[in-house]
Amino acid sequence: MATSTDRPPEEFTLRVRRYNPESGSAPYWDEHTVELEPHRSVLEAILQARDRFDGSIGIRCSCRQAICGSCGVRVNGEPALACHTHLDAAKTSSSDGVIVVEPMGNMPVIKDLIVDMDAVHWKKIERVTPWLIAKEPVPEREYLVSHDAMVDVTQTMACIQCGACVSDCLSMEVDPGFIGPAALAKAYRFVGDPRDAAQFDRLNDLAQDPDGIFDCTHCFKCVEACPKDVNPMGQIMRLRRIATADHHIVDRNNGERHEAAFTTLVRDYGLNFEAELLSRSYGGNSWFGKFKPAAAKELLSSVPVIVRGLLTGKFNPKLALLGHKISKRDLDGVRAIYDKVEGRPERLELNLYVTGSDEDQTPSHANGAARADARAADASGVEPAQAASAASVADADPDASAHQDSGVEAGDGALADEEARAPAGEEETSG
Amino acid sequence: MPAHDVLIIGAGLAGQRAALAAAQAGASVAIMSKVHPVRSHSVAAAGGINAAISVDDDWHSHAYDTVKGSDFLGDQDAIEVMCSEAPGEVMHLEHMGVTFHRNEKGELDLRAFGGASMKRTAYVADITGQALLHVLYEQLMKHHESVERYEEWFTTSLIRAENGDCCGVVAREVRSGRMEAFTAKNVILACGGAGQAYKPTTNGLIVTGDGIAMAYRAGAPLMDMEMVQYHPTTLLGSGILITEGARGEGAHLLNAEGERFMEKSAPNKMELASRDVVSRAEQIEIDEGRGVGPDGQGILLDVTVVPRRRTLEALREIVNLGKDFAGVDITREPITIRPGQHYIMGGVKTDIDGRTPIEGLYAAGEVACVSVHGGNRLGANSLLDTLIFGRRSGEHAAARAAVMPMPQADVAAARHRDERELEEIISRPREGRRVSEIKNELGELMNSNVAVFRDEAGLQAARETIERLRTEARAAWIDDRGTVFNQDVLGAVELGYMIDCAETTVVSAIERKESRGAQYRTDFPERNDEEWLKHIDVSMNGTGPQVSYSPVTITQWPPEERRY
Repeated sequence: MATSTDRPPEEFTLRVRRYNPESGSAPYWDEHTVELEPHRSVLEAILQARDRFDGSIGIRCSCRQAICGSCGVRVNGEPALACHTHLDAAKTSSSDGVIVVEPMGNMPVIKDLIVDMDAVHWKKIERVTPWLIAKEPVPEREYLVSHDAMVDVTQTMACIQCGACVSDCLSMEVDPGFIGPAALAKAYRFVGDPRDAAQFDRLNDLAQDPDGIFDCTHCFKCVEACPKDVNPMGQIMRLRRIATADHHIVDRNNGERHEAAFTTLVRDYGLNFEAELLSRSYGGNSWFGKFKPAAAKELLSSVPVIVRGLLTGKFNPKLALLGHKISKRDLDGVRAIYDKVEGRPERLELNLYVTGSDEDQTPSHANGAARADARAADASGVEPAQAASAASVADADPDASAHQDSGVEAGDGALADEEARAPAGEEETSG
Repeated sequence: MPAHDVLIIGAGLAGQRAALAAAQAGASVAIMSKVHPVRSHSVAAAGGINAAISVDDDWHSHAYDTVKGSDFLGDQDAIEVMCSEAPGEVMHLEHMGVTFHRNEKGELDLRAFGGASMKRTAYVADITGQALLHVLYEQLMKHHESVERYEEWFTTSLIRAENGDCCGVVAREVRSGRMEAFTAKNVILACGGAGQAYKPTTNGLIVTGDGIAMAYRAGAPLMDMEMVQYHPTTLLGSGILITEGARGEGAHLLNAEGERFMEKSAPNKMELASRDVVSRAEQIEIDEGRGVGPDGQGILLDVTVVPRRRTLEALREIVNLGKDFAGVDITREPITIRPGQHYIMGGVKTDIDGRTPIEGLYAAGEVACVSVHGGNRLGANSLLDTLIFGRRSGEHAAARAAVMPMPQADVAAARHRDERELEEIISRPREGRRVSEIKNELGELMNSNVAVFRDEAGLQAARETIERLRTEARAAWIDDRGTVFNQDVLGAVELGYMIDCAETTVVSAIERKESRGAQYRTDFPERNDEEWLKHIDVSMNGTGPQVSYSPVTITQWPPEERRY
């Protein structure tokens, strides 16, 4: 059987960000050329450079298989596990053929590629009461809970605490106090666990905290960064939906009211109505909201933001003030979506962690075919892994293949899901 | 100077479980690890944890399977303890929050595993070790007031008082480079195996035999060191582990001719025979020219026979591993694997409460040898071992601490000695060999001469080479001259630990002139109960290893021929 592991070694050059706190000098770049098979990882390249040229390159690492979470770094500017990034892919995504490796962001650098995770990541994890508060009475044997519930929380249990999502969280960059994607995903691990007794208290805590669930700006960076498909932003959105729709938690950050205003505006006008959004969020979810003192106060305090938005062309003043016009047919279409979603007896939560089904199982004879394809591809010089995966995609059901693989696709799915169902507090323009 | 009732070295499952148990018993507890606790290699355990919790199961059946799996070298009193306490421990973990997967009734689901006579492996997809480790760490965060954590502290030696008791450790704070001596009434070693003495290995880079070597140097005997487990399914190129859960879910092993060759050596259990049996069968296929891959060094693992949805849900991690590390979609095509070093059954000799012959020194988990695994460990028994004997060690050490004063030993002298030793390594001239070169040579040597099949000539050659490597290691140089996160100097210390582990392994393998469990001697191919139904112990005698024997405890299962 031919796989990409059969390809011969090639040369790869790494440009590593070095920093020695004892030297008194600024960080600098260091280049090393190593020879490895293209499917080997950036971590293996760093280890080879360390073994052969410079043992002082600092990087935390252990398992080499993306489970211990030690080797979070930035490769060509994007957060990643060094052990989970192939050299050929890293070379392709580099700007000049040299693979750039830097420490993660949003956390202080201790030495070279080693960052202080205690100072940021773990402090935030500790913020969310990260242990089960078991329901009483504790049964003699196991709690009887559904398989689906356990598979559901396994998605967040699969977080390896590598910090990749924290590294590039845009909200945290602006507001270092933000609890952040990893810790909030950890929070969902308990909120979603039917054995936990403190669902309301946890959600209320995280909704009322100005650095809590409503501090996420929905940018998808963490979804892309996560090497384990934990989908942190998706978990944050689920926390919001459970807090607002199930527990009706009205928070002092105006998250719940903002979401309600947004949802109503889209239902009534088919699109967001910017001029109404802020006043309704703060003054109550109706046309009269803007006359409430709280709304006036908020509008007034937002004037600089509005002016900046106008100057930079972030919104069109005419459309923002008068509202977007869409055809009656489209408006009916939007309302039909609302009717369908709100008409469901239970809210549907898509879990894209486990995808695929038995139906699209390749018949056993097709295995031979896939292998034969791979062999043929090998002979013809086509990259065999691609040929093999092309062969498997061809006989997969299109729905399943669309959901597979990258976190980006999973994220898109989650977005589509949310837009179709409950437009929960999108753009935090008020902040 | 820090002083604790119970000081635990290593923060994987055994260490964290010991810490929680000792704290619950009222002791002042600290846990120390050279990495952050969730990076510990327990995190990589995939398949699950064995316990006779099904209504039609019985712990005696679990115990018998374990005894048989051990090729009758396991101590049956210890196995009885482990298997009878397993159901309670698993329920305890469930109550703590482990997200075990469920059956349709909402009870813990169980999957089949190698060498087991029925389904008794509880699991969380194929990230069971990770789920357990992270849940225990949740508990350490919860109990932060009663368990002090020294995260990223590297232990360099154990300290013994004048009366011979263990009374503390010397350690280096990795981040600052500061050396510190810790006084403790009891030290529990829980710092894992020594897989990095092999190359390739499924074990993480941190698994370097630290605890085994430190105990050995302090005078504690090691036991069953010749028993090194080769896991039947590791990725051909990188040595990354593919969980036994794959075969538990029904996957087949095929040779180059497409045969399910396990029917030759294990007609009943087929792919789910014990690991030593499967690895040997694979190696025979490879050696006789029926292997696959570029050099014929591989075997095919065919997961496509498992329903796809089930694979995606229950074997998700290896679906990703296949894709990321071998470019193979295991739900669509077979993946090439081979036997690879995975676990050491041997370790620091302990009783059923984790006590070593040195007062005040305990060991639990892979670092220890109770011996519950004997000649061969069953899959999903290692997580159980760590938790049961971690807890028992913690409880016993706490009870011992309650009735004794804090030792008044001069621990500063030990600190100065280790400080000087590390300074000497850092200041070595750049001549001779690099530490990394010696480590690679050691790993390759062990993997060729002390592997699935062994013989006298290969073992003797290995012993001689290890002696040379030890001499070279004494002068080996490193690059990093700094103090902050000097991983280079720690690597040199780890190399010394691995050389001790490798040497004791080879000495024991030379000693055992029979084939049992993971030790298969082509020059002594039969099991020989009359002469060799006994443990081999190795102790440090002045400068070199000294071999002695200890009896195997047999309670209710007399040795019999092993068939799967």
